[in-house]
Order: sequence, then C-alpha cells, then structure tokens
Amino acid sequence: MAKPVVATTSLAGCFGCHMSLLDIDDRILQLIELVEFDKSPIDDIKQFSRQCDIGLIEGGVCNSENAHVLKAFRKHCNILVSVGECAIMGGLPALRNNIPVGECLAEAYLNSPTTKNANPNKILPNDDDIPMILNRVYPCHEVVKIDYFLPGCPPRADLIWNALVALVTGKEMELPYEVVKFD
Amino acid sequence: MAKKIVIEPVTRVEGHGKVTIRMDDDNRITQSRLHIVEFRGFERFVQGRPYWEAPVLVQRLCGICPVSHHLAAAKALDVIVGAGTGNGLTPTGEKMRRLMHYGQIFQSHVLHFFHLVSPDLLFGIDADPAIRNVIGVALKHKDLAVQGVLMRKYGQEIIEATAGKKIHGTGAIPGGINKNLSIEERDAFIKGIDGNPQLSIAQMIDWSEAALALFKDYHAKHKDLIDSYAAFDSNHVSLVTPDGALDLYHGVLRGVDAHGKKILNDVDTQDYLDHVAEEVRSWSYMKFPYLTSLGPKKGWYRVGPLARLNTCDYIATPRAQKHFEEFRAYTGGKPNNMTMHYHWARLIETLHAAEMMELLLNDPDLQKDDLVVTGTRQQQGVGLLEAPRGTLFHHYAVNENDQITMCNLIVSTTNNNQPMNEAVNWVALNTIDGKAEVTEAMLNGVEVAIRAYDPCLSCATHAMGNMPLEITLVDSRGDVIDSKRK
Ligand code: SF4
Repeated sequence: MAKPVVATTSLAGCFGCHMSLLDIDDRILQLIELVEFDKSPIDDIKQFSRQCDIGLIEGGVCNSENAHVLKAFRKHCNILVSVGECAIMGGLPALRNNIPVGECLAEAYLNSPTTKNANPNKILPNDDDIPMILNRVYPCHEVVKIDYFLPGCPPRADLIWNALVALVTGKEMELPYEVVKFD
Repeated sequence: MAKKIVIEPVTRVEGHGKVTIRMDDDNRITQSRLHIVEFRGFERFVQGRPYWEAPVLVQRLCGICPVSHHLAAAKALDVIVGAGTGNGLTPTGEKMRRLMHYGQIFQSHVLHFFHLVSPDLLFGIDADPAIRNVIGVALKHKDLAVQGVLMRKYGQEIIEATAGKKIHGTGAIPGGINKNLSIEERDAFIKGIDGNPQLSIAQMIDWSEAALALFKDYHAKHKDLIDSYAAFDSNHVSLVTPDGALDLYHGVLRGVDAHGKKILNDVDTQDYLDHVAEEVRSWSYMKFPYLTSLGPKKGWYRVGPLARLNTCDYIATPRAQKHFEEFRAYTGGKPNNMTMHYHWARLIETLHAAEMMELLLNDPDLQKDDLVVTGTRQQQGVGLLEAPRGTLFHHYAVNENDQITMCNLIVSTTNNNQPMNEAVNWVALNTIDGKAEVTEAMLNGVEVAIRAYDPCLSCATHAMGNMPLEITLVDSRGDVIDSKRK
C-alpha cells in the first residue's frame, strides 16, 4: 500500500509550528518511514505533484498570496489541519485587526525613530512585486473548510506527532492533559 | 527581447521573499532585487500593551530564533525597570539568560548546518534536488542526520530548562529571570539527557569540532567556490565586549570597514540612534539599515557570524579561539569579506556556544535564588544582542500607565538586507549576465549565495531544506515566454 502523503505550509506564521514539528526529534526518522512528503518547506517540492492525504497549515491569512495558497491546499488535500493559534484564530498577527493597515505602515516606515529622518520622500512599500496586505488577518477556517485544529503556540511536538500518527493509522488519538495547551 | 526573471524562493508558497532579475534585449542585467514580501505591523500593534508582555509577544515574529527576540526585549525592559544594562542583573539572572541564549545559538546554527548546508556538501551543489535535502541526508547518511537531530535537541532542551518551553518560552522577565536551574537539570545536561551519553555537553563539543572538520575538508577541496563565490567588500558590525572579545549576549557596538578600519568605535547600545538609520525602498517590506556617519550609499554593513569574527579581537573560550586564529590567519588578520566563509564562522560560533554552555552548567550561580533586580523606573530602553543571524535591536518607550508607546525593531536579517541584495547581484552579473538561456545551475547559484546569510524572515523555509526556486522569463509586454522550476 502506498504511504500516506503529507503537505505542509506556513502562511502568516512565524515558523514556530514547523519548528515544533521538528521537535519530535529522532521520531523524524520514523516519520519519513511512515509518510511521504509532497509540497512542503522540508523538501524541494514547490507545487502539488499529486492529491495529498493530509495538509498541515501554519499561520493565518494576512495577504492575498496566503489566501491563494490556502485555497490550493484545500483543493489538493483530503484532510486539512490548522496547526497552532495563528492558523486557528489569526494568532498574534491578528492584534492588528482593530488598527487600520495605513497606521501600521506609517509606524514602521515613516514614524519609527530610525526612519523618521531617513525617509524624506515618505516612501511606503508599494510595488507589483510584493503582495497586497489584507485589511485584517483571517483565521484559516474563515477562508476554507478546516477539518481539525491543533491548539498551542506552537502546539507541543507530542501533540503534532500524536495527531499525525492517529490520522495516518486511523486509530483514535490520545489527548493527555499535558500535551494539549492553549498558550 | 527584454526579460524579467522571477526567482521565488518561497513566495507563492510561504510568502516570505523572492528575487527578480531584469535583462535587456542583449541579455545584459539591468536590475536585480531581493524582495521581502512579509509585513506584520508589530511596531504599531504592541502600542498600548503593558510593557511586560513584550518579551512574550514580540518573539512571535520568529519561531526559528524566538529566544533572541525574547531576550532583546527583556534587555530593553531591564533598562526601563531600572535594572540597567548588561551586568545590572544578579549573577543568576544574567547567567540563566546567557545559558538560554547559547542554547539558542547552538540549535539555530546546527539546524542551518545539518539541515541546510550539509545536503550541499554531501551531495554536491549540482546534485538532484530530489535527494539534496534533509530527508535525503536522513536516508543516505543516517549517522550524520542523527547527530544533527540530537545536537538540535540538546539546544532545544537547554532552552526549555531556562525558558520553560522550547519555542516561545517565558523565562526572561524585566530585571531578570523567573527560574534557576535545578541540580537534576544541570546533571542531566552534563552527563547526558535521559541518561543518554550522546546527549551530554562533552558530546556536543566533540560533534561541533567534527562539523568544523567536515567543513574544512570541503573547503580544501572546493577552494574556488568557498573563497570567491559572491565575495564582495563590505563594512561589518557587531557587539563586542569593551576589551574586544566576541560576546553574543551583551557588549558595545563596533564596526569595521572592509580593510579593518574602525568606523563605529565601541558605542554604547543605548545611543544606537546616533549611529544607525534605515532607508525605505518601495519594492520591499524590509528596510535598509546604514551607519549615518557614512550615509545610505556607503554605510550599509553585514552582520552575523562572519561580521562578528571580523569585529572581535579574540574569543574567550580555548577551542573556538584556536579556530578563530586559523580563520584570521587565512586573511592575514584583515577582515574576511568572503560570503561563503559565513559557514566557517558559524561553525566556530557553534563550538563557542557549546563551550560556553559547559562553563555555565558548571557554575554554581545557576542554582542561586536571587533572580530579579529593580531600580528607578525609566521611560525608554534599548536592548541589543547578537542573534544567530546578527545584531538585533529592540527599543521601547513606555508611559506612566506602563503601556508601550513606541516600539522600534531592527532584526538581524534586516541588517543583512543590502548585503543579500549585493550577493544576488553578484551572482546575476557573474553567472547570468549575457547568457541567452538561464539554466537551473544559475538558479542554484542564487540560492547558494542567499543561503550563506541564513536569512530568517525572508525565506525561513530554507532552514529546513533547499529553497524551492521558480524562474519565469517574461517579455517586455509581460507575456510569459519560459518557465522553469526546480
Ligand atoms: S501559532 Fe505560535 S508558533 Fe505557530 S506560527 Fe503562530 S506564533 Fe508561530
């Protein structure tokens, strides 16, 4: 039987959730026996090469490209999992949701102490080669249907591991108190 | 026909950075740029939050080196709570933080070398990308892969023991630290975590030496690549101790030019605004820092392992010092401007971090209970430290309600913005300019030059594998004429 195929991506995340996946340490060697990876930052596959069984999403949706990538994941993955607070509810980046984007840009590029005398022409990043920032940061399930949610910032390595093993083997998942943390 | 080449390390996928190269009708390069496509708005949305939240909030900028942000914010807040800078803390407070930081440097440098650079060394830069990644290493060179995994684990465990959690911990608080290191924890790190001698500090030091040997062997066989690829003169900036030693946690700011002349003379970090400013360019969300005394054209500088070994005079741990002397002798004592030597410098620092962890683990101060210092409340504070990727600046102002009113961050990778653009430009001019056909090897080349800087926010993905690259040739009307992917 062919191995289950896993894809992963980071949208508006900090890569902490991917790092937590790496924190399964030597179980990494078991993991690559258990599953194959398709499109993911841990390999060189940039575009989906086939339909995948499981898609792991880190990060919420903060710009036009994030939305585009998330929709592609929904299309190519049978099961989609929001990994971590950013994917589940926007996480820390969503603190900007009550603030107009213009104010955030002004603070970073015009008013900051290291730019206020260094940006006489009041330049803001704005170019065809960089993506559009959305008005707010959206949790993934507001953009596409999400099947499972793994809480934590980041979720414990053991939680990610238990969830992957359960999804791959079809066995019920163990959820001991110590591995499920909301932080 | 004029072309625009787009190399997207991770953009479409992860949204961090991409490269565009424009060529005219004769295939001459007219422009090359590394764009950073991420914007979060931290500077604005932390305003109004209570200041003590900063160390736990701002570290969520980066899950690859969260400890660096955690500690830089805490150092700025030390100033605000009146604990002073650097050695203002209790010995336990400062040493616990240092242990956390060396754990972080160690795991981050290991991740970069084993998961990212080793595939290039083991399989060759031109190898099939299908095997040239961390999974390929695990399948073909299992011992080395296990070594990388265990070294990273060791660093992460040190972080957990000092910060409470491997990623996004809470250990550092304004004026100190919230826990010390128990005897049991200490003994486990010295003798081996879970009784496994492969997870002892002595093993970490040995494996760091072995990684250096692996790199030096590669260097001896590939001198051209390592010595000349994407090499260019630049200024270098980092913290050093007042007497010139490498110090990754605290110090004064020193800058040297490409020939070793001091251009930033050991300035107090609280005065950084007198020396550093940032240029904004419309095509990138990442700013371009420079030294104000030299201006934006000439004042840009490199940070990180290479820069640090160029600014410091010595390393205070014996094994790393030995390698440092060799590193310095290679360029006759002058600054080393060879981009690919970042890898060498990074491994010397890995060894230094392991030696520092050993010293700290044997220091009884870590078991003492005096954890926090307070003093006269200040309105502003600046915290700098040397993150794995280079100098990191945090600056906060706080009002009488303890709310943050201003936050300015210059992250390590931002400091390397112009240098990475220079590196991309070098590759474009030296390998792509004048060529009618753009090959995959040329794409690889761009990747190799950027990777030397271990950039974090721009293309964090490559920390775990090779950056996927996409290249698109577009004619002057914007129609796609060719597209390649690796
Ligand atoms: S949930 Fe936490 S660790 Fe994961 S991407 Fe968001 S900030 Fe980073």
